[in-house]
Amino acid sequence: MLQFVETTRVALRSLRRNVLRSALTTLGIVIGVSAVITMIEIGQGSARAIRETIARMGANNLLIQSGAASSGGITLGGGSGNTLLVSDLEALEVECAEYIAEVAPIVRARTQVVYGNKNWVPFYLYGTSPAYPDVRQWPLEEGSFFTEQDVRNSVPVCVLGQTLVRELFPDSSPVGQDVRINNQPFRVIGTLEGKGADMVGFDQDDTLLAPWTTVKYKVAGESLQETNQSVALPIDTASQVNSLNERYPGLHLPLYPVPSTSQTANYPQANRLETVDRIALRVGDGVDMATAKKEMSEVLRRKHRLRDNEPNDFNIRDMTEQSAAMGSSSAQMGSLLLAVALISLVVGGVGIMNIMLVTVTERTREIGLRMAVGARPRDILRQFLIEAVILCLLGAALGVVLGRGGSAFMNYWKQWPVESSTWAVVASVSSSVLVGIIFGYYPAWKASRLDPIQALRYE
Amino acid sequence: MISPNPNAAPLIELADVRKTYLLGEVELPVLKGVSLEIRDGEMIALMGASGSGKSTLMNLLGCLDRPTSGRYVLDGEDVAGMSRDRLARIRGQKIGFVFQNFNLLARTTAVDNVLMPLEYSTSRPSDTVARARAVELLTRVGLEDRLDHEPGKMSGGQQQRVAIARSLINQPRLLLADEPTGNLDSKTSKEILELFKRLNAEEGITILLVTHDPNVGAAAHRRIVMRDGLIADDGAGHVHVLDEE
Repeated sequence: MLQFVETTRVALRSLRRNVLRSALTTLGIVIGVSAVITMIEIGQGSARAIRETIARMGANNLLIQSGAASSGGITLGGGSGNTLLVSDLEALEVECAEYIAEVAPIVRARTQVVYGNKNWVPFYLYGTSPAYPDVRQWPLEEGSFFTEQDVRNSVPVCVLGQTLVRELFPDSSPVGQDVRINNQPFRVIGTLEGKGADMVGFDQDDTLLAPWTTVKYKVAGESLQETNQSVALPIDTASQVNSLNERYPGLHLPLYPVPSTSQTANYPQANRLETVDRIALRVGDGVDMATAKKEMSEVLRRKHRLRDNEPNDFNIRDMTEQSAAMGSSSAQMGSLLLAVALISLVVGGVGIMNIMLVTVTERTREIGLRMAVGARPRDILRQFLIEAVILCLLGAALGVVLGRGGSAFMNYWKQWPVESSTWAVVASVSSSVLVGIIFGYYPAWKASRLDPIQALRYE
Repeated sequence: MISPNPNAAPLIELADVRKTYLLGEVELPVLKGVSLEIRDGEMIALMGASGSGKSTLMNLLGCLDRPTSGRYVLDGEDVAGMSRDRLARIRGQKIGFVFQNFNLLARTTAVDNVLMPLEYSTSRPSDTVARARAVELLTRVGLEDRLDHEPGKMSGGQQQRVAIARSLINQPRLLLADEPTGNLDSKTSKEILELFKRLNAEEGITILLVTHDPNVGAAAHRRIVMRDGLIADDGAGHVHVLDEE
């Protein structure tokens, strides 16, 4: 160890004897390392930016939808089953707490929203809970969101997306105004920030959010059956009109005695009231989507008392495919850039070898002298090797500073997202040490093989 | 000439040492059987025309090279068959070198030049002790006010003094000086020779001066003359009869 320190000191001394050349020698390493670090920092920054964009688009969201109701061999489409209950959501919240960051129910409706002489039918008219903005990571632009209390009391308040704001309130702020939905006055208490289209191009800003209880009891109660194609027809009505039912009985046995037609007519709200159309949730950071989906599906199957051979009466959808595709393309780009940067490190290594060979030739007399005063071949080898490694280390240190500076500069100049990376520093510094050893070895070996007599006589 | 201590044990003993170089297929004998004894504390001039083999002999004595055959006992150790690494150790411990062209490290202070051999020493003293020793040696060669000067800023004589101080840092038994005054003017040469004499007289260091210069030869206690790869006169009374051309 002591010897190593001493050799390092000697190496530093001899490098200092020719500062300019040492600097030029290590320039390749400096450029290589700074390139690696800048590339990785910018690459990771843009990867993170992409991840965040994907997250904003809902990639870490899961959507649980009730399954298709089917009646007499005719399925009524996804979400028609009315099988999801508010208690399902509560069960998920408790039993899958480790996977779930936020969860909110969704009750859908499709109806006209009127303000003054303007009207609009929002694509997403959602009844939900105060957790929804957190699920979608969707901040408010103005005003406030409704509260749990509003949900409990079915308060007619709503929050508008930017498209509705544009359509209904082109000139003034909507907050504090009343809009009419299904002939019910709703007070606008806030607006959502613009979010743009989702991955498949639907306008996400075309949204109106209200407490789910309000939407369910005051809006959807009638409008769903009138306007929404995908909502359930009462099963018994379907079986009445469809004789195929007898040939292809549905898998679901009716849980309760099937009401008669007159009963249905008398009690139009025969559907269980606590159903919700969807459950939207955001999984926690670093949670494996597949595991989360599996766990949730098990909880729901248990709650729905499904037999092993019965299919799910709900489905869970996610967007991992999209996010994986986008993530992998940025990872590919990153490794490509890294490869280019590593090549420049190797080129830097060739530069080191070149100059070290020159140095050995130039210092032949010195090597002879050192051998004469007692240096063994291995001492000479070690000395030149350490010299090369120190050159590389100094170059790497300078490269780290320059690389950090470069990425900071790009961040400042072009607002490119960057992320500082300790891993990049460790990797590039250690690979430049490796370069120093590999490319310094041959010149050092050559120096150690010199014959002291001839070396001393060398002019 | 009388050596200072005729009863001292021989520091160097060469017995029928031969050195043959191979030039391609042709064998070129340079030393053709040299036998020699050097006692501890002697100051010797090794003289001879160029091509007489005195450089080769000096390289062998300095353990920079190994004889093709023969026996070389240095300070009780037979070094003829040693490995390169062992020879390097012997050089570091027992031999100091002074060269005609000084061979100082450029852009390195006098003190650091003197300290350099310690980098390879097996018994390296601590930094402060080593530095004190270097300063002491530089003082002894008369350079106490040039400690931090670099070779480029010193005269030839001063550079050679630094080189002498460097050769002494490992407290060698034998000092080998190859034409130590070859690059110096006559006045400086005299001073350097005086320095060698003093070191020999005061410290009892065995000094071997390889030289053409009869003035240098005159400074030594004993002169060994080489001719055609053999010792013509070993200065101790054994005169080899040679064919005169």
